[in-house]
Amino acid sequence: MTKRILIVDDEPNIVISLEFLMKKEGFEVAIANDGEDALAKVASFNPDLMLLDVMMPRKSGYEVCEALRSDPSRGGLLIVMLTAKGRDTEVAKGLALGADAYVTKPFSTKDLVAKVKEMLAL
Amino acid sequence: MLSPAFILLLSALYMGALFAVARFGDARADAGRSIISANVYALSLAVYCTSWTFYGSVGRATSGGLSFLTIYLGPTLMLLFVGVIVKMIRISKAQRITSIADFIASRYGKSQLLAGLVTIIAVIGVVPYIALQLKAVAASLDVLFEGSGASLDGVLDSTFIIAAFLALFTILFGTRHLDATERHEGMVAAIAFESVVKLIAFIAVGLFVTYSMFNGFADIFERAKAAPALARLLQLDATRAGTWSALILLSGLAILLLPRQFQIIVVENVDETHLRRAVWLFPLYLVLINIFVLPLALGGMLHFGSQAANPDTFVLTLPLARGAEGLALLVFLGGLSAATGMVIVETIALSTMVCNDLVMPWLLRSRWLGVAERRDLSGLLLGIRRAAIVLILLLGYIYFRAAGEAYALVGIGLISFAAVAQFAPAMFGGMYWKQGTRAGAIAGLLGGFSVWLYTLLLPSFARSGWVDSSFVVDGLFGIEALRAQALFGLRGLDEISHALWWSLLVNIGLYVGVSLNSRPDAVEAGQAERFVDIYRHGAVDADQRLWRGSATPDELVGMLERFLGPQRAHQQLAAFASAHGVPDWRKLPADAAFVRFAEGQLSGAIGSASARVMVASVAREENIGLEEVLDILDEATQVRAYSRELEIKSRELEAATTELREANDRLRELDRMKDDFVSTVTHELRTPLTSIRALSEMLFDDPEMALDDRSRFLGIIVNEAERLTRLINQILDMAKLESGRAEWTSSEVDLGEVVREAMDSVGQLFREKGVALAGDFPAALPLVLADRDRLMQVTINLLSNAVKFVPGGSGQVDVRVGVRDGCVRVEVADNGPGLTAEECSLVFEKFRQGGNTLTGKPQGTGLGLPISKQIVEYFGGNLWVESTPGKGAKFIFTVPLPAPEA
Repeated sequence: MTKRILIVDDEPNIVISLEFLMKKEGFEVAIANDGEDALAKVASFNPDLMLLDVMMPRKSGYEVCEALRSDPSRGGLLIVMLTAKGRDTEVAKGLALGADAYVTKPFSTKDLVAKVKEMLAL
Repeated sequence: MLSPAFILLLSALYMGALFAVARFGDARADAGRSIISANVYALSLAVYCTSWTFYGSVGRATSGGLSFLTIYLGPTLMLLFVGVIVKMIRISKAQRITSIADFIASRYGKSQLLAGLVTIIAVIGVVPYIALQLKAVAASLDVLFEGSGASLDGVLDSTFIIAAFLALFTILFGTRHLDATERHEGMVAAIAFESVVKLIAFIAVGLFVTYSMFNGFADIFERAKAAPALARLLQLDATRAGTWSALILLSGLAILLLPRQFQIIVVENVDETHLRRAVWLFPLYLVLINIFVLPLALGGMLHFGSQAANPDTFVLTLPLARGAEGLALLVFLGGLSAATGMVIVETIALSTMVCNDLVMPWLLRSRWLGVAERRDLSGLLLGIRRAAIVLILLLGYIYFRAAGEAYALVGIGLISFAAVAQFAPAMFGGMYWKQGTRAGAIAGLLGGFSVWLYTLLLPSFARSGWVDSSFVVDGLFGIEALRAQALFGLRGLDEISHALWWSLLVNIGLYVGVSLNSRPDAVEAGQAERFVDIYRHGAVDADQRLWRGSATPDELVGMLERFLGPQRAHQQLAAFASAHGVPDWRKLPADAAFVRFAEGQLSGAIGSASARVMVASVAREENIGLEEVLDILDEATQVRAYSRELEIKSRELEAATTELREANDRLRELDRMKDDFVSTVTHELRTPLTSIRALSEMLFDDPEMALDDRSRFLGIIVNEAERLTRLINQILDMAKLESGRAEWTSSEVDLGEVVREAMDSVGQLFREKGVALAGDFPAALPLVLADRDRLMQVTINLLSNAVKFVPGGSGQVDVRVGVRDGCVRVEVADNGPGLTAEECSLVFEKFRQGGNTLTGKPQGTGLGLPISKQIVEYFGGNLWVESTPGKGAKFIFTVPLPAPEA
């Protein structure tokens, strides 16, 4: 069964690259452009893992993460924070809010793919 | 039924209640939980309102109209000088003053002579006033008994019983123990209680007469106007203005200088801040107790008409005339309160003065009783005070019996006031004038007192027929200039104003004149300094150096034991020792501090003058000369000046520290802003870099990628690389502008031409998106002095922002250039989505872009507007936006015209 990945980012070119990357690896992919869109897509698309940008309009990645983690029915959803903000405090904040991994932009495509596969236990 | 027995029983019960209040106050004071609040203090001040007020005000109003009010205006005005009273309290606490005699004596070098003189004047002036209170009680009893048809004649002298009871009460609460501060909290509580009772009683009878016997104020005044004899009372008589001001001055001085008032206001004060309440509460009390005086006076005269009713007892006879016996009893208790309150406090104050300032100095000097050799004198001291209380009340009683209905009693209230007014020059002069000397004070007091005796007291005796009145009528030895109530031909004044004028003139004249021509001794100069500069003498260092001598601890301890009693002496010694870090008082060194402590304790018990003599007798003092005292005081002044300098320095240092801290905070804030800026810049740079890296890695890893994807990705990479370049350029530009390192050229610029050129250069952009661009320029524009390229940059930035936000096809951008308010003004208006008020300021912040977030991120770096704003502001202009959401936005910038050449 193919795993589902939700890509959440407001930067179109990054979305294009991530979408292409994940599709090539055989995942089923959906896109969200902001925080609220992300929550809606989680409900409709029911992803196994989400790549979540932090700095977004209409609800930041932190808020999305917090909302999802307070929903017990979404306990199995893996969250990878993906952000251009790399300060230690921001990493710590993301992990404290319940993210499973924190990847700093710009990222290595190979590493990202490896990490996603590892997390999905493939 | 108002039988004599019932009334006496009621009086006894009432005194018992007072007793309980006082007991409670003392118990609480002993437990360290004083009940003396600001309200109690203010109410206790109302001991000023004696039976002379309670019964006499109505009497005065029937003859003098509104003039009775002066007796209450004076104190109200006096209380406005809060600073004077606070200074008195401060001095008294520092010097452990026990009475007004002590205060004046202490100021002028702890003079026993002066203390005795003040005491004698006070006793002579005030004993008749005490007699007046006894008379008032007796008169009120007569009225009540008459009302019930009973008579006391030959049965019992009720006045004597009252006097005896008062003596007992005064002894019980005024002389429980010898206290260093001579305070009696129980007594103060009882006095405050009595103040409430007399106020309630007076208002009750006022309401009864005004509203029950008549139909309110208006009714009484209407009827009084109709009667010519009464109408006169309602008019202010301008010819009596002199009398009025004399009475106001007199009563203003009396509120501070009567022994009982000094006792209550100064000696019994526990907290200076209580005065602030008293300043308005006491005058309010006076207003309340005076509201019904005129209605009662008029009501009484209307009711009794020509019948020879005594107006002084209207407050009793009016309710009795209507059979309101209960009310009459309440009024009687109110009058009793007024009389007893005055008698108790006055007697305590006088007995302290008599004991400390008359009897003790004499006992200590004479070897007659072997007093100097007795071990424990505390019992003797209390005995003397108790005897003095009995004696004073006895004198009052005798005077009352002797004077009877004579004039000497009726007018005595004001005569007493005039006697104590003689203390004013020595008192206030001593507090504010260092040059005032003992000799001056004695001369002033003697002179003023003599004039008072001659012009006021003796004539009142003469009028009573006790002495020959020839000195009043013809002058002493038949010399007309010496006529007692028209001295040196001064006529046209009433007797009180006349006496006050002459006595104070003589008093002040002698005080100032003799003071200026005499030199103070060492002790006196020291005391003058401490009194006048009380606020600067917080520290005792100079005080201690002003004493030099030797004493043994045993002698000092022995002396304290003798005067305070061993138990109390040991208590105080232990407290003093522990305050000085000495565990056992027996090991205290007999230094200046110890001697000063001992003298302070003794002052509380026997007054400062006697204490000085006692300390001098056990401590072999070296005589310090006046010059030396002045030197030491001068040195103390220098030390003070130096410490003030230090204080200023340390304040400056503190201010500098605060400034440094603020500067540091600003730096830290700047640092934080820089940190945020770097973090934001990093974020902005990483974003395009992310796409570039990801896409190029994928291209690199997958040589088989479809050609479509390949060229699409390469296109993105090129775009993002351009975006990155633009961003880096703008960041560098911004950094240069902010650090002031930007290069500027300056030339005369035609802004219209610049704008036209900018419009040409962005024309392509507009045409591509189908947006209309229109310009409006005046024919000729004045030139501004600026950097042409930079202004071009600003204009292009505004135009490209505008085209970014207007809808394609229907977009419209209008540019207008003009001159307004000494500036060339460029407006770029669009018909895009507009900005909210919040966004209007946000768009000028770095990396904060406007635009509808629902439709995705706007293009741009978020630095264009901040850079433009910096540029415009560099030339002294301004850049801002006016907009409402949905109605487009108008960006405006101005560049000031060069100042016209002079």
